[in-house]
Amino acid sequence: MTDLALHIPTGVIDIPTSLVFAAIAALAVGACVIAARRGLDERLVPLAGLATAFIFAAQMLNFPVAAGVSGHLLGGALAAALLGPWVGALCVTVVIVIQALLLADGAVTAIGLNVLNMAVVSTFVAYAVITLALKAFGRNRRGLIAAVFVASIFSVVAASAAFMVEFAIGGESVQSFGAMLTAILGTHVLIGIGEGVITAAAVTAVALARPDLVHALKGARLDAPAPQQETA
Amino acid sequence: MNGAEGLFRPGDSPLHRLAPQTKVVALVVFSFAVAATDREAVWAFGAYAAILVALFWLARIPAGWIMVRSLVETPFLLLALAFPFLVGGATVEAGPLDLSIDGLWAGWNLFAKATLGVWAALLLAATTPVAALLAGLARLRCPDILLQITAFAVRYAHLTIAEVTQMRLARLARCDDPRFLWQAGALARSLGTVFIRSFERGERIWQAMAARGYTGRLPLDVGPAAASARQWTAAMGAPALAAGIAMWTAVAM
Repeated sequence: MTDLALHIPTGVIDIPTSLVFAAIAALAVGACVIAARRGLDERLVPLAGLATAFIFAAQMLNFPVAAGVSGHLLGGALAAALLGPWVGALCVTVVIVIQALLLADGAVTAIGLNVLNMAVVSTFVAYAVITLALKAFGRNRRGLIAAVFVASIFSVVAASAAFMVEFAIGGESVQSFGAMLTAILGTHVLIGIGEGVITAAAVTAVALARPDLVHALKGARLDAPAPQQETA
Repeated sequence: MNGAEGLFRPGDSPLHRLAPQTKVVALVVFSFAVAATDREAVWAFGAYAAILVALFWLARIPAGWIMVRSLVETPFLLLALAFPFLVGGATVEAGPLDLSIDGLWAGWNLFAKATLGVWAALLLAATTPVAALLAGLARLRCPDILLQITAFAVRYAHLTIAEVTQMRLARLARCDDPRFLWQAGALARSLGTVFIRSFERGERIWQAMAARGYTGRLPLDVGPAAASARQWTAAMGAPALAAGIAMWTAVAM
């Protein structure tokens, strides 16, 4: 899971575009802080801090993809399913800022772009898809697994699509933009499948032990599977 | 990589002693100067690299360490290598390949700017402890709530990372050796466990804080020290030089 179109370094997107998207990202993060405050009030700092530490650890866990290839989670869908879109986006934002300033991963000039793609777009898309899919598939174990799996794919692809939009506005003018778009989106569908398998298994594990901690379930238990009709 | 300590390398160089807020501003200005430079002004990128190498030497940071840490940009170098084939326009022959001239410049542009950006960020990360960096950001009027969350995250990342490592050892000790994605179930479930533990720890910490009178704001106003004019001058030397070079290329081109 190399995060190909994510963690944009210096010089990929020009400065005016970076600044405009940084302003959008700042507004979005501001809205997240206000909404998260309303949900958690004075518990926000310790809980969001610990959740961020968890996302950090989750991103450091390497899992196998195929023989010899391993990857790591991006975490947007995981944050959305467990923490909800507002706190989730806030936590991923903090992770991105820490990575840019403390670990030199991702450019300082592109911090706004990275926050917008990986924290805001990816978490909100994931949360929207989970909410819709839980209605479609039902609130049972299978429904949750399917919903989180699909949401992870959508969130990774949406983040890479957001990058492609920024690239079309402020990147190099590429002759075969269509070919590049197909290549990037295609790669990210594959990345999303890997992300989906791990995220779905992790969220299900939490839902079985502490359903009240899974934000996407709104604090209620999973429905028990319908009892088998007994035939006399 | 240890997320909790960042990449800080203890030391006592002039760069370590600079006030953190001046270093953050210097990094931002330097990065924007690099990003704004015309891609065909190759000498300018050489000059930026020379400035950074001189500063690395001043801060006593070994070259091998920088090279290893620069690997974070590898995925994007693949994109840089693809540009000569993706971009149209006049081409140049290189053996069997037809490479776009524009594409070669685009690839070089990405490679040079990304590398310089990573190096500049490494310089800050290597010479500034996490706590000092947060204090510097507070001094630059970053939103308080984000800094508090960051401080908690950095403080407790030690624990969560240690838990993940511990569970990995436990799995290895029981001969769990997944090779394919569909075998990674135990790994994902351990992630779920770490989440529950983190969240419960967060609740306990909040209760402990509430018991000590916490109402949503940290009672202590730990104001980080202001930087003197001399510190600002020292820190802004390199970025000012870089900005001058960037302006020069913009005018000369």
